[in-house]
Amino acid sequence: MATSALDHAPAHAHEKSGLWSWITTVDHKRIGILYGASAFIFFLLGGLEALLIRVQLANPEQHVVSPETYNQLFTMHGTTMIFLGVMPLSAMFFNYLIPIMIGARDVAFPRLNAMSYWVFLAGGLLLNASWLVHAAPDQGWFGYANLTERQYSPGPNVDFWIVGLQVLGIASLAAAVNFFVTIINLRTKGMRLMRMPMFVWMSLVTQVLLLLAFPVITVALVMLMMDRNFGTHFFIPAGGGDPILWQHLFWVFGHPEVYILILPAFGIVSEILPVFSRKPLFGYAAMVFSGCFIAFLGFGVWSHHMFSTGMGPFADTFFSLMTMLIAIPTGVKIFNWIGTIWGGRLEFKTPMLFALGFIAMFIIGGLSGVMHSSPPADLQQTDTYFVVAHFHYVLFGGSIFALTAGAYYWFPKMSGRMLDEGLGKVHFWLMMLGFNLTFFPMHFLGLNGMPRRVYTYPADLNFGFWNMMETVGAFVLMVSLLVFIYNLLRSVRHGVVAPADPWGGATLEWAIPSPPQEWNFAEIPEVSGRDPLWEWERARGGKLPEPQRVSGKGIHLPNPSYWPIVTAIGILVFFTGFIVGFPYVNIAGVLVTFIGIYSWAFEPA
Amino acid sequence: MSLRLALRRQARVWAPAMFLVVLALAGCARDYPQTTLAPKGDFGRIVDHVFMTTFWWATAVFVLVEGALLYAIVKFRARPGAPEPEQTHGNTTVEIIWTIIPAAILAMIAVPTVKAIFQTAKEPGPEALQVEVIGHQWWWEFRYPALNIVTADELHVPVGQTVNLRMTTVDVIHSFWLPTFAGKRDVFPKRFNNIWFKADTTGVFSGQCAEFCGVEHGRMAFRVVSETPEEFQAWSTRQQMGSPLIGGGMVPDTTVATALAAATGDSLAQVDSILARGKAAFMSGGCIGCHAMVGTPMAGQTALIGPNLSHVGSRHTIAAGTLPMSDENLARWLHNPDAVKPGVLMKLPRPLTDDEVTALVAYLRLHQ
Repeated sequence: MATSALDHAPAHAHEKSGLWSWITTVDHKRIGILYGASAFIFFLLGGLEALLIRVQLANPEQHVVSPETYNQLFTMHGTTMIFLGVMPLSAMFFNYLIPIMIGARDVAFPRLNAMSYWVFLAGGLLLNASWLVHAAPDQGWFGYANLTERQYSPGPNVDFWIVGLQVLGIASLAAAVNFFVTIINLRTKGMRLMRMPMFVWMSLVTQVLLLLAFPVITVALVMLMMDRNFGTHFFIPAGGGDPILWQHLFWVFGHPEVYILILPAFGIVSEILPVFSRKPLFGYAAMVFSGCFIAFLGFGVWSHHMFSTGMGPFADTFFSLMTMLIAIPTGVKIFNWIGTIWGGRLEFKTPMLFALGFIAMFIIGGLSGVMHSSPPADLQQTDTYFVVAHFHYVLFGGSIFALTAGAYYWFPKMSGRMLDEGLGKVHFWLMMLGFNLTFFPMHFLGLNGMPRRVYTYPADLNFGFWNMMETVGAFVLMVSLLVFIYNLLRSVRHGVVAPADPWGGATLEWAIPSPPQEWNFAEIPEVSGRDPLWEWERARGGKLPEPQRVSGKGIHLPNPSYWPIVTAIGILVFFTGFIVGFPYVNIAGVLVTFIGIYSWAFEPA
Repeated sequence: MSLRLALRRQARVWAPAMFLVVLALAGCARDYPQTTLAPKGDFGRIVDHVFMTTFWWATAVFVLVEGALLYAIVKFRARPGAPEPEQTHGNTTVEIIWTIIPAAILAMIAVPTVKAIFQTAKEPGPEALQVEVIGHQWWWEFRYPALNIVTADELHVPVGQTVNLRMTTVDVIHSFWLPTFAGKRDVFPKRFNNIWFKADTTGVFSGQCAEFCGVEHGRMAFRVVSETPEEFQAWSTRQQMGSPLIGGGMVPDTTVATALAAATGDSLAQVDSILARGKAAFMSGGCIGCHAMVGTPMAGQTALIGPNLSHVGSRHTIAAGTLPMSDENLARWLHNPDAVKPGVLMKLPRPLTDDEVTALVAYLRLHQ
């Protein structure tokens, strides 16, 4: 078996190799892989933090870690999973797939794309560098003022968090502009908006959310930084400021952020379900519009995170009804997914298992969401483990299940080899078991009085049993991830060689070799419908021939460049200056950034 | 396909669902002192009613939608030799129906929700007992302006009377969470928020801070003691002795000793000796820097960093719910607060001697 796999080892897609070629690459596929690999490592780090949290909470009155460390762990777990885990894992799929799915050879701004990645990596490293100086952020991922003000958080912990998020924000905004322009401008002939794959549609909506939501958090973080460093008092009541202002600004960003995390997952699942049901997506137009509607409403519900602040009955009513309204387009999506598999011929390959698991788990997360859309009920539920259960069903049961489905689905395209199906199924069932064992009991704990973000709890509140079960569940999850890692490492070298179209896919990425050549398409395709490959197969009356690898002579591709990474280093140095409090560092950062951008602008394409 | 195989496949699909149901049943079966699901006050019942309404609708939707999903998974699994499925792209009628049904269900939740929002937002009338709640890192202060009482970490209320909590904080944002009687409300610096409730059962119930507020957020609990009006009356009379809100807390020493002797049944001489030794330790050990205490020069202070200790012996817990009140626990706490509650703002100027701790424990416990 191994020998035959080696005999058929795929011709290497990238003629260039070596570290330098990765540092200077502007190829969207390689950048996608860089995003994926880095984000997966950060994701494992966030998982490790979660395991430590679970160990500390396994029994009442434990002191495995100090309260201070515990607060750092949950802050970094949340921040890492959101900004360094789920978002860049989605970015891996944006990078790798969007250009191919719309029939393009690269993104609109390849070097900006490289810069986004390097800035993201810089932000992730900067944030985690805080561990090395024992000053990891410890104020929660929501960073509520006035706890984050200098008076109550004198150390550099909050500074690491502020500048880390600012750096990551630059990466997200640059990438959002890039993908927005790419999707609008680089679609191939015949690829009308209403013919785009659903993943591209949901990605487009996500970019719009990023463009509108990130400036808000950027401004809020600048205000907080000014409060801490330059004597302003935006959020300091003694100086006439208002800590509630922070909450509004944070959640005007924070709620759309939830949809930034989940809409790409919706897109991934909408690609996978039709392929393994052998039938097109049910209600395409409704899926597009419900996605847009969710994004639009997502900007009008932020205060449902603040029902316990006492906003008064009219504000409570407005934000409550708006929140309930979001359940309607979300429900439409779930029903259309079920409509897609209804009457199909379902093949339970690993990607399909994860996609179906996504629907089953996301329903639970959605329903508990409706439960705390009611402000009176939320007065009991907010800041308890009930909410922790809710958003893990949305972000883990939702986003992570879908991203894993996507990983199994597109791994053959990216690597040229299949992931092992048997290990994939073990991974799925272990993850399903571990996930539910970890997070389902949190519903009971929350309703029965266990608040969030507490480093321990008294024995007489009887929270011990379920906390222990959850910790066991977390270790089952860890084992499932080890199975996945083993599968990845083994398959990337020894997996069965993948054909161009291993699943019978409908979208353009399956029309080109696995892995694709640097230029994606030797000839730019033209499409006339939503499922081009299926249409071509129908027209031909059978499977399409395996695409041949060709020499890319005459195809113009952007040159590699090291100026994006130089620019990213400049940005990193500039922001580090705010932590070390030494203005020359900031000035040096500006200079390097300026040199980077200047040289990049005058470099021949 | 054989029946047995079909059943086995069914079992595989149903197993996780059954597992969840079993978990859910087991989850409700235990006894949780801080539960939100057994309200013992009017506010809590309004909240619980709305929650149960949404809960049952959600359960119905859960069963139907997960059921449809599982049915489709079993029914439409690929069978050998099955033909290519029909290539449907959608069905407008069906899609309209499943847009309208969720909207109707949401209306069933929205109506009681809005009703409850306005019910809970009503300000209680003048007959309500007013209590000021002040959040501190990491303990709770309670003041009864009409009764001239200042106390900490333990809220006494009479059953059958509405209590209106007017709440703020001296430092960062906290959230006052009273699961048994009401819900939670955040407290903000330089701002007042309120929540109200009427207890209908006597007993001692726990609550705690629900908004992350720094290193010891996890140890910022309190007790609510709901008692008969007579018990409440007796409690408030005791608390008024040496209250900073009455005559600057100044009480003749003899009054304190006589009252404590009467309350504890100890002889006056015994009480006098405990008071003398305890007060000396209280002053020389540095406690006086942060705590108001009856019979000391700081008895009348209301803006000190630590809780008022005038009747600390009557409280159920030490350090905001961290330890149950007992001689051993109090001694443990006084020897090294930071070991019990790491990061606590109580910093001893110097370690207390064993004798001082013994004297202080007797002194503090005496003050019922």
